[in-house]
Amino acid sequence: MKRVALIGMPNAGKSTLFNRMSGASAKVANWPGLTVDLLTAKLLLAGDMTELVDLPGIYDLHGFSDDEQVVRHFLCNNTIDLVLIVANATQIDRQLALALQLRSLGLPAVLLLNMADEAKNLGITIDVSQLTKELGYPTALISAKYGQGYAQAYRLIESELQNSSPAPMQTLEENFAIDQKMEEELDAIIRHSVDVPVKISNSLTEKIDNVLLHRWLGLPLFFTIMFLVFQAIYTLGAPLQELVAWLLGNVRDLALVPLLSSLPPLLSSFLIGGVFDGIATVASFVPVIILFFLMMAIIEDSGYLSRAAFLMDALMTRMGLDGRSFVMLLMGFGCNVPALMGTRSMRSRGLRLLTMLVIPFSLCSARLQVFVFMATALFSPREAPLVLFSLYIMSFVTVIFTALLFKGRFNSQEPFALELPPYRFPTLRQMFLRGWLEISHFLRRATKFITIGVVLVWILTNMPYGVEPASAASWSGWIGEFMAPILSPAGINPELTIALIFGFVAKEIVIGALAVIYGLEGSDLMQGIAQQIDWVQAYSFMLFTLIYTPCLSTIATIRSEAKSAWFTSLTLAWPLTLAWVVSTGFYQAARYLGY
Amino acid sequence: MTVLHRLSSLAAGQTATVQVLHVDSGFQFRLHALGFRIGKTLQVIRSAPFNGPLQLRLGNTDVMLRQQDAYNIEVLL
Repeated sequence: MKRVALIGMPNAGKSTLFNRMSGASAKVANWPGLTVDLLTAKLLLAGDMTELVDLPGIYDLHGFSDDEQVVRHFLCNNTIDLVLIVANATQIDRQLALALQLRSLGLPAVLLLNMADEAKNLGITIDVSQLTKELGYPTALISAKYGQGYAQAYRLIESELQNSSPAPMQTLEENFAIDQKMEEELDAIIRHSVDVPVKISNSLTEKIDNVLLHRWLGLPLFFTIMFLVFQAIYTLGAPLQELVAWLLGNVRDLALVPLLSSLPPLLSSFLIGGVFDGIATVASFVPVIILFFLMMAIIEDSGYLSRAAFLMDALMTRMGLDGRSFVMLLMGFGCNVPALMGTRSMRSRGLRLLTMLVIPFSLCSARLQVFVFMATALFSPREAPLVLFSLYIMSFVTVIFTALLFKGRFNSQEPFALELPPYRFPTLRQMFLRGWLEISHFLRRATKFITIGVVLVWILTNMPYGVEPASAASWSGWIGEFMAPILSPAGINPELTIALIFGFVAKEIVIGALAVIYGLEGSDLMQGIAQQIDWVQAYSFMLFTLIYTPCLSTIATIRSEAKSAWFTSLTLAWPLTLAWVVSTGFYQAARYLGY
Repeated sequence: MTVLHRLSSLAAGQTATVQVLHVDSGFQFRLHALGFRIGKTLQVIRSAPFNGPLQLRLGNTDVMLRQQDAYNIEVLL
């Protein structure tokens, strides 16, 4: 099988091209010698099965960040038939440097100048044949986002792949003594083949920046935008969730129950009350999750995240973090795992560890499901979105508190420079692809963790044989009893305790577990819980869910990224302690005040 | 005689050319890749509140840089 690697600077549109080439078939793959996961896809190129590997975006082949080391390691230890260099055509004057570095290694490559449409609008003209001649790499202008030039580029890639012979494995370090010469050549090539207007300005981006980065309006606008986004997710998502729950409830009552009525009661209770109810309750939140990720995709692709870094950097510095940490926290709202991996661009270990310590407090989409569920069950439709927003605020408060507490231990003064790309809007195709990726991600998790989780919960609540499900005599009752001295001061009852224990594996299991424990589903489940606990207990439970260890995947990621058992234990112990203190403090204070 | 200024001392709207980078080699690679090369023209667009970072424009690239890092870059007005 042939192997093609995608290389480019951040914001060059590498992922967009990868998605266009691979469709939605991308898989995360492990590489020998690398602790990180790379996106790969298999596709047929020029009649050969070819493996397309998406390498992390890097600025420089000899940089010192983890991402840059990953790329170097990959180039040194794998045979590569063709490199696709993706460069932003509007910034060709500096992005071409990466192509020159790769050429000095003797790697066979094709240069794809992406965002050709933007470059044209800015009045930048590129003489492709002249560039090809001087650079020695076949070059094509494309727009990965809209598809212009893609067909020609694809044919170019195929013909190059047919003619290329894999480069011998590289020893990179020796090949880099010739920087000054490379810089002169870069200037010469640009002079000969690129025509840039004297003054280019992206006037739309400038106008938006004048408002969004305004000295005093910038931060209030940022928080207003965030609030509106979360408000929209709840307002649009809650009815969708109810609709799916209602549909799945009908499937259960009209199809499954009659169909399985001939089975022994214990088995049908296991299949319906265990497996189906558990998974259906979790599945009803898929629309909320898709909605959430669509919003995230718009914000991420728009270029607003790096503006958030710009606005928040001064405040984050006082907590021992920086603007990049803030962006990773926002990414963590989707899922903590990629946010943790995103810290690879930080070179200072202290900063990186402190950021990894606070990311798990980011209210991820899995926890969002639990909160949408609890808020809908225990609060009025008017209060529920405010309850949700208060949890996002709490998420930030725990981040700030933790950072301030630990910043002395994880010291850093790392200089950094961050690009502020022009504002862009994702295409419908990109949003659709993103939504699809989230659904398939959910289905993978569902088949692994969630099914096993709800089955285990069913066993715990229904064994030993013959007990009243979830009663004090069941195994779950025993565990709840055992944990009661610890969790009852926080107002968390034995049923919720079981859900929390399984939530350690993945937060999606929490509501699935509740469905199994209460033997109810959909709106019945919400009513059942509302009858048993009051809002103070529910809020305490939500606080605990927000703060304690997010999930096994997060812990595993922290372990492989930090490579430190000591640090991993800290990220386990500290959130648990804090969760208990905050929940208990809240519960006792609320009760003391007479709620 | 030419007088060099610290980049951090520039006001919004001012234009200057990069002259000296007083940074470690790791950060120098990054700055190079972002377009901070000797002789290159840059413009200060704005600075963030609370003594926050600067927004700089080099060619068609906008970059944010903290005040203390901008202090380590000398420019010619």
